[in-house]
Amino acid sequence: MTSESYRFTPDPDRVREEMLKPYPAKTRKKREKQIVLNDPDSPPAIGANARTIPGIITQRGCTYAGCRGVVIGPIYDIVHITHGPVGCGYYSWLTRRNLARPAPGQTNFMQYCMSTDMQEDEIIFGGEKKLAAAVREAYALFQPKAISIYATCPIGLIGDDIHAVARQASEELGINVFAFSCEGYKGVSQSAGHHIANNGVFKHIVGRDDTPADGRFRVNILGEYNIGGDAFEIEELFARCGITLTATLSGNVSYDQIARCHTADLNAVMCHRSINYMAEMMETKYGIPWIKVNFIGAGSTAKSLRKIAQYFGDKALSDRVEMVIAQEMQKLKATVDEVKPRCEGRLAALFVGGSRAHHYQDLFQELGMRVVGAGYEFAHRDDYEGRAVLPTIKVDADSRNIEELEVEPDPVRFKARRSPEQLEALKAGGFTFSDYEGMMRQMDKQALVIDDISHHEMDKLIELYRPDVVCCGIKEKYVVEKMGVPCKQLHSYDYGGPYAVFTGAANFYREIDRMVNTRVWKMILPPWQKHPELGARPVFSPKPRKTRETAAAAADGKGRPARSRSARLEAIEPTGEPTC
Amino acid sequence: MLNSTTSHHTERQALRVNPAKTCQPIGAMYAALGIHNCLPHSHGSQGCCAYHRSHLTRHFKEPVMATTSSFTEGASVFGGLANMTQALTNIFSIYQPDVVAVHTTCLSEVIGDDLPMMFKKFREDGKLPPGKHLIHANTPSFQGSHITGFANMTTAMVRYLCEKSGEVCDRFNLLPGYLDPADMREVKRLAAGIGARFVMFPDTSDVLDGPQTGRFQMYPQGGATVEEIRSAGDGFATLALGFWASEPAAKELEHKCEVPYELVELPIGLGATDAFVDAVRRLAATEVPGEIERERGQLIDLMSDMSQYLHEKRVAVFGDPDHVIPLVRFLVELGMRPVHVVTGTPGKAFETNVRQLLGPAGAAAKVRAGEDLLSLHQWIKAEPVDLLIGNTYGKYIARAEDNLPFVRFGFPILDRVAHRLFPTVGYRGAMRLVAGITDALLDKKDRECPEEFFELVQ
Ligand code: SF4
Ligand code: SF4
Repeated sequence: MTSESYRFTPDPDRVREEMLKPYPAKTRKKREKQIVLNDPDSPPAIGANARTIPGIITQRGCTYAGCRGVVIGPIYDIVHITHGPVGCGYYSWLTRRNLARPAPGQTNFMQYCMSTDMQEDEIIFGGEKKLAAAVREAYALFQPKAISIYATCPIGLIGDDIHAVARQASEELGINVFAFSCEGYKGVSQSAGHHIANNGVFKHIVGRDDTPADGRFRVNILGEYNIGGDAFEIEELFARCGITLTATLSGNVSYDQIARCHTADLNAVMCHRSINYMAEMMETKYGIPWIKVNFIGAGSTAKSLRKIAQYFGDKALSDRVEMVIAQEMQKLKATVDEVKPRCEGRLAALFVGGSRAHHYQDLFQELGMRVVGAGYEFAHRDDYEGRAVLPTIKVDADSRNIEELEVEPDPVRFKARRSPEQLEALKAGGFTFSDYEGMMRQMDKQALVIDDISHHEMDKLIELYRPDVVCCGIKEKYVVEKMGVPCKQLHSYDYGGPYAVFTGAANFYREIDRMVNTRVWKMILPPWQKHPELGARPVFSPKPRKTRETAAAAADGKGRPARSRSARLEAIEPTGEPTC
Repeated sequence: MLNSTTSHHTERQALRVNPAKTCQPIGAMYAALGIHNCLPHSHGSQGCCAYHRSHLTRHFKEPVMATTSSFTEGASVFGGLANMTQALTNIFSIYQPDVVAVHTTCLSEVIGDDLPMMFKKFREDGKLPPGKHLIHANTPSFQGSHITGFANMTTAMVRYLCEKSGEVCDRFNLLPGYLDPADMREVKRLAAGIGARFVMFPDTSDVLDGPQTGRFQMYPQGGATVEEIRSAGDGFATLALGFWASEPAAKELEHKCEVPYELVELPIGLGATDAFVDAVRRLAATEVPGEIERERGQLIDLMSDMSQYLHEKRVAVFGDPDHVIPLVRFLVELGMRPVHVVTGTPGKAFETNVRQLLGPAGAAAKVRAGEDLLSLHQWIKAEPVDLLIGNTYGKYIARAEDNLPFVRFGFPILDRVAHRLFPTVGYRGAMRLVAGITDALLDKKDRECPEEFFELVQ
């Protein structure tokens, strides 16, 4: 046991009170609901997916960011046109680190930012003409398979009919052109944008190509965006296990892959928040069941692989999966053994996104670290408390804004993937479909769970807990680090990664080891601040003169080592007593 | 890399591809951070604010604090008064700034929110704590660029805060333009070195280049204080750096407080720095000290030493207009040949200015304002260059063009750190530029030349 393995932590009730203290009454009332103390056995109700309070420094972004930035942006071989003034498109250009490896000769259109760059006249007189012209110009330049159009806030207000423009362009150009009404103000966070994106991808891309992928065990990964190459790692792991990946929505993915993803036999959901809609709709329309998986953390990866193998009920697949798990765990062991003693007992806090604040807790647990607080930026109650609470969530006006597609079984393509008997057997064996148990069940009792954490709350959390590492996003990164605490960005991975599956776990362990043990945090105070006392000045004391013999002895290396002046100065202990 | 880009350039009417500009509010937010104890506030949906904070953070690697009115659909229909009032109430009780500097977004612009009316109501309802200030700038992104936003917020500082007491003081005002903190610091160092007395705003040095102390400060020690900005109304003159970013505020100050102004380019390169130093000398009625002349001499020395590697090299440049104009001047001074010169910010004056600098020798050059990086890349493909200078986005072009030597310059720089600490303005900054350019050219040669031509000494 290291001295770090027991750490005093403050009374979480007091921390909560400190967080709420400066808030005006109305603000306090809202925030109270979004800051709760955890009980893993019976998760308390948390306020989530509520409006951000104006004037509070929030982590959140907008609907457009969730739609164009998160869910659809990573489809690399379609052209994405942002309809609006230049900024929205500009900031969503290459900032999300969705890596892609297009086939040779194919273009990665993510390297291009396309916008209608609306000017005042067009705002006044309407931008449909300009949008139509922009789509034509984009086609002339790039001849893509499909073009996707995104509305930004002002577009909704001036009432451009982007869907009509898309329909006309489809007819004119003979390619698939579709549009998303994902104006930033549509929802309370990025989350609304995910939903809008799911609807659009489902309506406009999924199901357009019935050619199944080769392979017996066909799976889609939903909600994996290939930040830092995570999807590459998952692809490779699947290949080794003999699992066929039909499509990843939407990391390292092409339009064609999504067009035929309905031919898979299982949907494995990584980020429940951003893509559960798609999983549900595909199940209804095509009969593909979904399960929740997590490829962050070695334990979770093993569990997820086993679950997929169990679903297919094939002995050879299960054996191969077990073999791969055993090999990988063996490889990982050396890293864990080396790193864990240096990290054990340290404290972490995670406030980010809609799934990572949960998924990454696995990795910290594997390092023996304690999560003292966590929360999402834009998740809903089910992501905290588990899907069991879904029937009790009140649909508010903001959520009602977002279209719920009426989905029915496809008369031709619907196919139950498992027989009723198979399903019964699986369920009897403890297998759960369509379920996510949420973050809170995994967290300690009394840990702080904070939804849409504000700057002030984060500040208090760090001041009172002094965690060894905090995970959040770019806007918080340097705020946290200025407090002398390392911060790991979990949106962009600080330009590192991958962190998925076993190989990624090793990367993350090393990264956390680096962060919590790096020397730099101990160098913040200069020595004179640590010991401000004035030391004694050096005093001249006559020394016996060097004779030839002593000099020669020193040169032989036998004599007393010559001490430099600075070495002598260092040797003087500060006494605080001036000598003159 | 960018492999759908061909050498065939077509004029586009509607589609912007790989912009060389961004939107107004980010510039306004940046300018507002140059006021001491000021919290920038974005009036609109929260996405814009998140984007602006994120991008500024990526450039500065520093905390960028700002709040938003977080509009949802209701505010978009009924206007943002309720959101603004709630936001200001929260801001003053939680974050306690001296100044809240509000800028609009496209959304609140289209709605037509009347910010002065909202401020008035907030004040009349007794909600504004004593001694606190509200200022605002309209920053619609369907006009201009981030530079316009910076200029608008600087102008708002004048409009709201500058006052003329009637007593002209022995100080002039310095409007630095859209410079990095390290550059602002260098501008101050030069002016102070010449012995000038001046007030500079906005001033982001010591705000966005802070030290690691283990303590987070919501409002770092830097920034022009309200008192300093107010006193600009009593300055005897204004020295404005950069036509796009600084002249509007200088004009406003002249109009409001009768302070005459002089306009010079950003002090980038030799000639522009000379003009700046000379202007400061005249305003301060003093002499340029030997120390600064020495720096100048060192720059000239470096220019002559390195001339052989630079002479007649073809350069493509893109960036913000106030930056690109003096940079082109400097490239010409170095004997280089700028052949493609692009800014994303609109403004005919840019083209006229750059053409003048290029002279008859540069008649064939492509010079364009309101242009984007796709066009620039197409031109480079059609008429290749030896060097590319611009912000981080240029690295994609550089890589696509067989690792074209590339020098990062301007805003934003998202993938390197030097700009955070080392200036590119003044004579010292010019020396850094020369070093950067020669390094880029020689690094390419060292990596790629046949072994027999690989040299120890250059
Ligand atoms: S809406 Fe306007 S202000 Fe907001 S990011 Fe887009 S361009 Fe910028
Ligand atoms: S304008 Fe709207 S869509 Fe664009 S960034 Fe701002 S909030 Fe998002």
